[in-house]
Amino acid sequence: MEKILQVKDLELSFNTFAGEVKAIRGVNFDLYKGETLAIVGESGSGKSVTTKSIMRLLPEHSAEFKNGEILFGGRDLTKLSDKEMQKIRGKEIAMIFQDPMTSLNPTMPIGRQLTEPLLKHQKISKAEAKKVAIDLLRLVGMPKPELRMKQYPHQFSGGQRQRIVIAISLACNPQILIADEPTTALDVTIQAQILELMKDLQKKIDTSIIFITHDLGVVANVADRVAVMYGGKIVEIGTVDEIFYNPQHPYTWGLLSSMPSLDAADEKLYAIPGTPPDLLSPPKGDAFALRSEYALQIDMEQNPPFFKVSETHYAATWLLHPDAPRVEPPATVIERMKKFPGSRYYEGSRV
Amino acid sequence: MARYIGKRLIYMLITLALIATFTFFLMKILPGSPVASADKLSPEQRAIVEARYGLDKPLPVQYFDYMFGLAQGDLGISINQFKGANVTDVIQSRMGPSAQIGFQGMLLGTFLGILLGMIAALRQNTWVDYSSTLVAIIGISIPSFVFASMLQYFFALKLEWFPVALWKDGFMSSVLPSIALAMFPLATAARFIRTEMIEVLGSDYITLARAKGASGTEIAFKHAFRNALIPLITVLGPMAVGILTGSLVVEQIFAIPGIGEQFVKSIMVNDFSIIMGTTIFFSVFLIVVILIVDILYGIIDPRIRLSGGKS
Repeated sequence: MEKILQVKDLELSFNTFAGEVKAIRGVNFDLYKGETLAIVGESGSGKSVTTKSIMRLLPEHSAEFKNGEILFGGRDLTKLSDKEMQKIRGKEIAMIFQDPMTSLNPTMPIGRQLTEPLLKHQKISKAEAKKVAIDLLRLVGMPKPELRMKQYPHQFSGGQRQRIVIAISLACNPQILIADEPTTALDVTIQAQILELMKDLQKKIDTSIIFITHDLGVVANVADRVAVMYGGKIVEIGTVDEIFYNPQHPYTWGLLSSMPSLDAADEKLYAIPGTPPDLLSPPKGDAFALRSEYALQIDMEQNPPFFKVSETHYAATWLLHPDAPRVEPPATVIERMKKFPGSRYYEGSRV
Repeated sequence: MARYIGKRLIYMLITLALIATFTFFLMKILPGSPVASADKLSPEQRAIVEARYGLDKPLPVQYFDYMFGLAQGDLGISINQFKGANVTDVIQSRMGPSAQIGFQGMLLGTFLGILLGMIAALRQNTWVDYSSTLVAIIGISIPSFVFASMLQYFFALKLEWFPVALWKDGFMSSVLPSIALAMFPLATAARFIRTEMIEVLGSDYITLARAKGASGTEIAFKHAFRNALIPLITVLGPMAVGILTGSLVVEQIFAIPGIGEQFVKSIMVNDFSIIMGTTIFFSVFLIVVILIVDILYGIIDPRIRLSGGKS
């Protein structure tokens, strides 16, 4: 499969009055053509910052690349000038944001907001751009698009506005679409509609999607692969089945255990104890060690490297080291692993 | 929209009637009478003068007479300041210079203020920003008479670029007073636009605009400016009235025969008709400007347009 984007050893810090906040501490991943990669993790894990750094949307005066590169189309995005980035933004890489209620300009008719990237990146006339915009609105399922072009954002519902934002992002057929929690601010029924729409559109225009979310239910629905982020690092990455049914990192175990499920026997919902690390002074070793009941001595001292679980599955935990003691994952995780061929708890096919 | 404006017009008339009533009675409480200063008059002569202006009638009758005349657009006749002249004519002749320097000052101040505020917001926390803030602080804290005198001293007396005072050289006479008047709107506009632009530039739709590939200037002017303008209009409207209707201090310093100067004198000599006429004129002006501001809101912000139309 063709690699469309490669993030290598990315390190990024924010310079604040309190000091240097190491928001991203060595992130590596590849994005393949046509796939959906979900990045999951709790607030402050660095998932939004990672994608915003790909778009270079972070405030220039405080955000600083410390190391690594973001390779896209043979160029390193961390090195481009803002002028050069403007040609990539909206054209080759587009983005959808979390809150559709605030991501459209309240004083501009949506028609103009839709034609803006078209007029900017493609050599077409205003009339043609308008036509394309109407088609886009139709594509995202907006009824009577001709009439609605002249309307303002406040005349649309939240779900409709997110459809408009999606239409804007798709205007120039981008190769990569970054969706930063696009359904978090929507209610559940609308969430499902937007997710369906995104899956549908992805097939139509063959774009790769980076989907940021903290909702594992959404991940299972849309993603091909999943990267789990914690404390400014990816701690586990694999296909959606590998992450859901053969997770290796204690943090992924925690995430999966804290997901409510219909067939879980225990009434109490699990919550990961403690709080995320302070990235002003990130802990030595595994950032999750202090909250993990599976932490080893070495976790406190040395950062675990990525251990290969399969061709597509890697996890950064010392538990995978050959010398590590064998630990039992939580019961709910074992239940999951029983269904996965290749996991050590596999019990054969009993679907 | 037509219904909305119609409704507003009725409210405006009610407001105006109330203002006229209050001013009328407040003025009557003032010590002294328009003829009292003329102590050389005998009681008989005084009675004749009072009778001529209807000042001998009981207060309620005077009030209704005045309101009746006002309803017909008659502001009465000056009692002593411009003896016998029609108040409407007096205001008209005095309004010209005030309006000219006011308009020029307002235009200059708002334009430069918006420019300054925009630059400050776009170059936040740089020396450009700090100097713009400094200008804004100076503009607000230095009283206009100090600033006007300084202008007069340097540009008229020392450099001799402009006439020192008096309203004799047309446009050249209006330059310094206009600049003096411009300082306050300049400072206010700069402060408001800076704060508002910084807030708007941090909003989600600006990030989306950047994600679309818009350049810095496109973001500032196409996306942010209009949204940042809304609160400024609120303050600029009434301020425009204040400045257009004349600043007493600036008119005094530059000896401009404006309406502000005339208004203050009319109070000193108890010229009832002039006081009433000017007050009502100012009030009409202010009320109309507030209406215009409300309509402008609608033009700038579509969210307000609709709710206004419905009510």
